[in-house]
Amino acid sequence: MAGEKLINLENISKSYGSHTVLDELNLYIRENEFVTLLGPSGCGKTTTLRILGGFEHPDKGRVLFEGEDITRLAPNKRQLNTVFQKYALFSHMTIEENIAFGLKIKKKSKQYIKDKIAYALKLVNLEGFGKRMPDSLSGGQQQRVAIARAIVNEPKVLLLDEPLGALDLKLRQDMQYELIRLKNELGITFVYVTHDQEEALTMSDTIVVMNQGYIQQIGSPEDIYNEPQNAFVADFIGDSNIISGTMIEDKLVEFLGVKFPCVDEGFGNNTPVDVVIRPEDVELGAPGSGRLDGVITNIIFKGVHYEMELMANGFEWLVQSTKFHPVGEHVGINVDPFNIQIMNKPESEDEEAAAIDPEAATLNDD
Amino acid sequence: MNRKKLQLFATPYIIWIAAFIIIPLIIVAIYALTDSSGAFTLENIKAIGIPKYARSLGISVLFSLITTAVCFFIAYPIALILKSMKIKNQNFILFIFILPMWMNFLLRTYAWKTILIPNGLLDNILAFFGITGFNFSDSAAAILFGMVYDFLPFMIMPIYNTVIKIDDNLINASRDLGAGYFTTLRKIVFPLSVPGILSGVIMVFVPSLTTFAVSKILGGSKYLLIGDVIENQFMTAYDWHLGAGISFVLMIFIIIYIVIQNFIDKDEGANLI
Amino acid sequence: MKKLFVGRKIYLLLVLIFLYAPIVLLIAQAFNKSTSLSVWGGFTLEWFAALTEAEDILEALKNTLAIALLATVFATILGTIASIALVNMRKKARSVIMGFSNIPLLNAEIVTGISFLLLFSMLGIALSFGTVLIAHIAFCVPYVVLSVMPKLKQLDNMTYEAALDLGAGPVTAFFKVIIPDILPGIISGALLSFTLSLDDFVITYFAKGRGFNTLSTLIYAETKRGIRPEIYALSTILFVVIFVALLAMNRPKKAVNNK
Repeated sequence: MAGEKLINLENISKSYGSHTVLDELNLYIRENEFVTLLGPSGCGKTTTLRILGGFEHPDKGRVLFEGEDITRLAPNKRQLNTVFQKYALFSHMTIEENIAFGLKIKKKSKQYIKDKIAYALKLVNLEGFGKRMPDSLSGGQQQRVAIARAIVNEPKVLLLDEPLGALDLKLRQDMQYELIRLKNELGITFVYVTHDQEEALTMSDTIVVMNQGYIQQIGSPEDIYNEPQNAFVADFIGDSNIISGTMIEDKLVEFLGVKFPCVDEGFGNNTPVDVVIRPEDVELGAPGSGRLDGVITNIIFKGVHYEMELMANGFEWLVQSTKFHPVGEHVGINVDPFNIQIMNKPESEDEEAAAIDPEAATLNDD
Repeated sequence: MNRKKLQLFATPYIIWIAAFIIIPLIIVAIYALTDSSGAFTLENIKAIGIPKYARSLGISVLFSLITTAVCFFIAYPIALILKSMKIKNQNFILFIFILPMWMNFLLRTYAWKTILIPNGLLDNILAFFGITGFNFSDSAAAILFGMVYDFLPFMIMPIYNTVIKIDDNLINASRDLGAGYFTTLRKIVFPLSVPGILSGVIMVFVPSLTTFAVSKILGGSKYLLIGDVIENQFMTAYDWHLGAGISFVLMIFIIIYIVIQNFIDKDEGANLI
Repeated sequence: MKKLFVGRKIYLLLVLIFLYAPIVLLIAQAFNKSTSLSVWGGFTLEWFAALTEAEDILEALKNTLAIALLATVFATILGTIASIALVNMRKKARSVIMGFSNIPLLNAEIVTGISFLLLFSMLGIALSFGTVLIAHIAFCVPYVVLSVMPKLKQLDNMTYEAALDLGAGPVTAFFKVIIPDILPGIISGALLSFTLSLDDFVITYFAKGRGFNTLSTLIYAETKRGIRPEIYALSTILFVVIFVALLAMNRPKKAVNNK
């Protein structure tokens, strides 16, 4: 589906005073791709988007658009349009005037503008709202206007900065489908910024996981979820058990004092590693039937499944199962070798950002 | 405490408003519509049509319009510059522009007089550059200069207060949609700052329309403004009925203006300070 | 882009020079041996010494400060109470009261001034300290209301209810929760009142009667026959005191803002 490389970010660095927001970031975006920049607040995702839009200039590095350097190009000269976080609708203009804004500046004909407005309003399901003022619309409707206003300019790339952040859950889910539909109908590139991992997994072709100004992993939603490359990604995307362990040899890992067969190789012998096991991949059986035994300490009913905490060899496991186990029950634990994900421990500076930093997640919005 | 009980606390203020705002203005109206014997008359109102008073009113309106316009053209770029400087401490801005007001305004105006008189500071500076023959003192220009000086902060503050509140993302959005700097200014920033401009205009126009001290200090006695006419009636000619009559006409003008303004500004005057 | 940026700075500088030029001149004059404003006759402190002898100036200063302080206190209390009552009213009633309340703010000062002159003379009250004070309170209150009101509107009702929930009585809750929240508005209203009262000339001029003077009216009288250098000395002292006080008040806030 995705085609040629459209945008290239080369060695982008950006600091505010002594605070480094982006450090030597390299990223390319292909035509027709739905790319999501995902990460906690302060990870540099919004700054990256603002650099693409032309609202910030990097201290170092280049932005290439179809091979041309646009690093210093003013926002109004770029073939990109942005859907802003809180919509940024012009409150003194009607919906129509908002949508027509960019077209009037490009001096399009009256008829052209009229047709475009009608087309855009239909596209975002807001027919008949043209004469209203932005204040009289709900959050979801304002969101659609913001999108309509951007896409009538036929940008090659649409930048979306946490566009669903201000909407409630149900509306957010509806809008996710809407965005996918729009993207397919328009056939253009979307660059989407969010801190919501579910949003990212649902909509993206490619997810770029970021933390503290570094890219942690780039991959398809399936890759990111099933094969996280480090503890940060594993922890940020969904729940997981991250356990410190040692790679004894190829296809054999030891953690919590027990040896487990796995499928990973090439880590070397007796190397310290992090082990990731998704809660739904932990298999429970009768005591003694597994590789180690534990006792259930907590259980919550979640609808689709039960979510349990269980204590085994000094580690508190998170387990999801459709089978009920009462608190206090002793169980045996087993994990399929395919479901054990091995990751290198962070070593260098940029890899430190890969460690789980509880503070990073509570920082204010970037 | 419930709302009903809390509303009762408005009582002292309502009494205060009645006693010291509404009743005094009614008395002005009574004086305006009566003669010294207490009989009803419209002569005091009609007096505004007498050529010398009409001329004063005309000059006042003209001067205050010019003052307001000049203040606006100086203040608007200042507000934009201050916004673009992204100074975190907005109190500091307030501080810089309010500070001059802590020097008595009559003294400041008087200082300008000494700068503008022949052989004064300005004359000497201009002479240094070989420019001579200007005489600013006792001229319309001097009065206008003094009025602009006195009222400029009242134009800067309300405009700055609204401009600073304009979301940067609106400006970014406009740029994103292809608008250049001046198009963004014209189509986004200016329309959104209209409430502040209206407040600024009212805060400059009304006082400059009715000022009397500034013209006396800077204009000698060449230009009798409508404020001077009223002052004379009360303080030297002692025709209070005539003074009240002219004031009453002014007040009607101002009320009409405020009513129009209220239709446009929904913030209950919040931009004024 | 760079050029435009420099241009902006120059423009800002010019306007600031415009605003501050007379102030610099007046302060210089306080130390000028020559009594002429355009001739520098050498540095002196004699006008500051002479100030202690100038009884009429000191009397006017005393009146000015007393009126400014009292007007500020009364206007702040009256305005704050009124604001609390007003935010709890329905919008229509509030709009009507606010409309009347804002009259002194929007009306010509000269009209407000003569309205007081006529009111007091009709009631047979001799014009003096008391009448000036009432007039000053009257034109200060609307500014207090306009400063406090927005803070009250932003106020989160939940905090008041939380205080009640945690066992505070309505009065305690009011003083411990509401007042601290709206304090910045109250303070800026009070400061505004103080400034306006101190600087007022027109309304004072009509409400003061003969023989009673504040600094403004005294200065006005002197602009006709030439201002005594003692006035420059006093104005310089006042300006410096207020400058330092405002600077001191701005400091701690700055530290908090930049955290």
